[in-house]
Amino acid sequence: MRTPATTLVKGVRLYGAGDPVDLLLRGGVIAETNPATTPGVDEVIDADGLIALPGFVDLHTHLREPGREDTETIATGSAAAALGGYTAVFAMANTDPVADNAVVVEHVWRRGREVGLVDVHPVGAVTVGLGGERLAELGTMARSAAGVRIFSDDGHCVFDPLIMRRALEYSRALGGVIAQHAEEPRLTVGAQAHEGEAAARLGLAGWPAVAEESIVARDCLLAQHVGARLHICHVSTAGTADVLRWARRRPADVAGRTAEALLSAEVTPHHLLLTDERLASYDPVNKVNPPLRTGSDVDALRTALAEGVIDCVATDHAPHAAQDKDCEWAAARPGMLGLQTALSIVAATMVETGLLDWRGVARVMSERPAEIAGLPDQGRPLAVGEPANLVLVDPAARWTVRAEELASIAANTPYEGMELPARVVTTIFRGRVTAHEGKVQD
Amino acid sequence: MKHLLSTLDLDAATATGLLDTAAELKATLLGREVRKLPTLRGRTVVTMFYESSTRTRVSFEVAGKWMSADVINVSAGGSSVGKGESLRDTALTLSAAGADCVILRHPASGAPQRLAEWLEGTGTGVVNAGDGMHEHPTQALLDAATLRERLGELAGRRIGIVGDVLHSRVARSNVHLLRTLGADVVLVAPPTLLPAGVEHWGVTVSHELDAELPTSDAVMMLRVQAERMHGAFFPSAREYSIAYGLNEARLRLLPEHAVVLHPGPMLRGMEIAPAVADSSRAAITQQVSNGVHVRMAVLYHLLATGGGDE
Repeated sequence: MRTPATTLVKGVRLYGAGDPVDLLLRGGVIAETNPATTPGVDEVIDADGLIALPGFVDLHTHLREPGREDTETIATGSAAAALGGYTAVFAMANTDPVADNAVVVEHVWRRGREVGLVDVHPVGAVTVGLGGERLAELGTMARSAAGVRIFSDDGHCVFDPLIMRRALEYSRALGGVIAQHAEEPRLTVGAQAHEGEAAARLGLAGWPAVAEESIVARDCLLAQHVGARLHICHVSTAGTADVLRWARRRPADVAGRTAEALLSAEVTPHHLLLTDERLASYDPVNKVNPPLRTGSDVDALRTALAEGVIDCVATDHAPHAAQDKDCEWAAARPGMLGLQTALSIVAATMVETGLLDWRGVARVMSERPAEIAGLPDQGRPLAVGEPANLVLVDPAARWTVRAEELASIAANTPYEGMELPARVVTTIFRGRVTAHEGKVQD
Repeated sequence: MKHLLSTLDLDAATATGLLDTAAELKATLLGREVRKLPTLRGRTVVTMFYESSTRTRVSFEVAGKWMSADVINVSAGGSSVGKGESLRDTALTLSAAGADCVILRHPASGAPQRLAEWLEGTGTGVVNAGDGMHEHPTQALLDAATLRERLGELAGRRIGIVGDVLHSRVARSNVHLLRTLGADVVLVAPPTLLPAGVEHWGVTVSHELDAELPTSDAVMMLRVQAERMHGAFFPSAREYSIAYGLNEARLRLLPEHAVVLHPGPMLRGMEIAPAVADSSRAAITQQVSNGVHVRMAVLYHLLATGGGDE
């Protein structure tokens, strides 16, 4: 690791509140606030008008390495993450080969360290080859150098209730959490779009909300039954928010474990903003799994995030090659870019609407995801002695999304040409500036 | 009109104009020994069929040839498509090779709309000849042409569409066009074969065929594929046929003047009894011959009138 410089951040408002302060970052930690003298400072950042938040933590990214380096690599994905304000990301297991063993997870972890722009934590597969039939070697991955703690077959649902029960149970000994892609496969055979008015008109086979909700309900019950931690990936429906609200209120079990301590959930930026009305163009840039839902789902997800029923925002950043998107809808791969637009979408959907203040943004984009993943040095308070993982945001800025200006190799952003509020100005990772004014500092 | 992708794009005047042109072409060709008009001489029409189809493809080919267009048939099997070429590249290739119009049948809903976007600026028009579960606009036009011949103007008429609405592109195109032309549409199907949100389609929905027949001016029987049983959309072909098949007893429930349509291919004994299909009330072969005239009219409006000016 490179030696962190001594940096002075001048005149920044912590969490967007209170008076501006100066932060002295030294030795990778926040060394002083409002220092009287600043000898030996290598770099001064004028943060007038900016706000400081703890560096963002993304529980759900697809970095595509190994296997699809034509769409994203750990290097380009790390760059996109740094530019988006992230200091830690979790790389999903659906690579080629699948991250279902210690060799692959250690490779991803090591490449992340070499790139050094963010902490790259590999997610381990729950089942061998994401096949849903045999448990992967969760313990070996947990005990590997990568120290895997989040396991997920994301892209596929761990649909077999017995396998899910065992995975939950087994992961308890590892201090792990099972992150479920909730999709009952029998209810989504051939599914192409949210089952509703738009899909019916467009002749696209429906992906019904209940296919997600039924699995979430089942797994909340299973998790509490075995006292294991469950994280729900990309909640997309109003009904799932209701199920989570119900599950979180259930009384503690005989061992005194409350559901509240076992359950967590994420929502993606795109499910907070976009609806299935966009499908009328048949442009597969809008194809994603779970699919874009309706306006009332969007409203319910925003409310659930504000209330804490959904804990955090995770991007589900999913790069895809042009040939896998520039085709007919049914042939296209699902997924969209998200790392560099997440903050702005959260600002547009949660801050500008008054549902969250910037303190709340810190909670949903940094603190809660760091807690869920058990990261000791991420999502920490902006206080003396804490790790210098932080992001400086210009809340007044507006910018227009251009795919060609994003760091990802792939260009599948649904926000092309959209003007969005709030901009990441500077990202600081363990005291070192990793992104500044839209440029990666490596 | 530059493309014909959906009947939703047709306002009443445009749709009526197409139907009038089709009727004029039919009258012009009636009784002629040589059915050849010079209208599209020198224009190139390419049919691109990614699904097997006899009637639609032949109908388009005949329509083009009767108007003296050069018609070229490309099928997914015997072309570069079989070598894994993308739809986009195939379309750009055909356009660059001089196609004035591409007629596309594709299993993916929305494929013709994508094609039209990819070909923007090339001057090549696109006709949707059936895309997935989405639309089949020329089928709806030929159905409307047939209904006009049998019933006169469609405004205020009550038209039943019976069967697998969920998976039917014919149903979607017909719902839009019939409503544009002022008809009342009744969809009759078991709940499993109706799409989510059908209550917003501006149609009446019914699960009882017998109750709808006495007030219907026409019924359109949709093909029900027996393989839908495997998706548990209905318990058995027999039960479906008993509840929703148009048999002779049901034919008697229809008013005297009512017409029976079927887009084909028919499953005799399933959604329609053989005696009904062959009765004088059925307009099934009339639909096929009108198909040629309607498709001639579509090609005429797309290619001969300059396009893009409507």
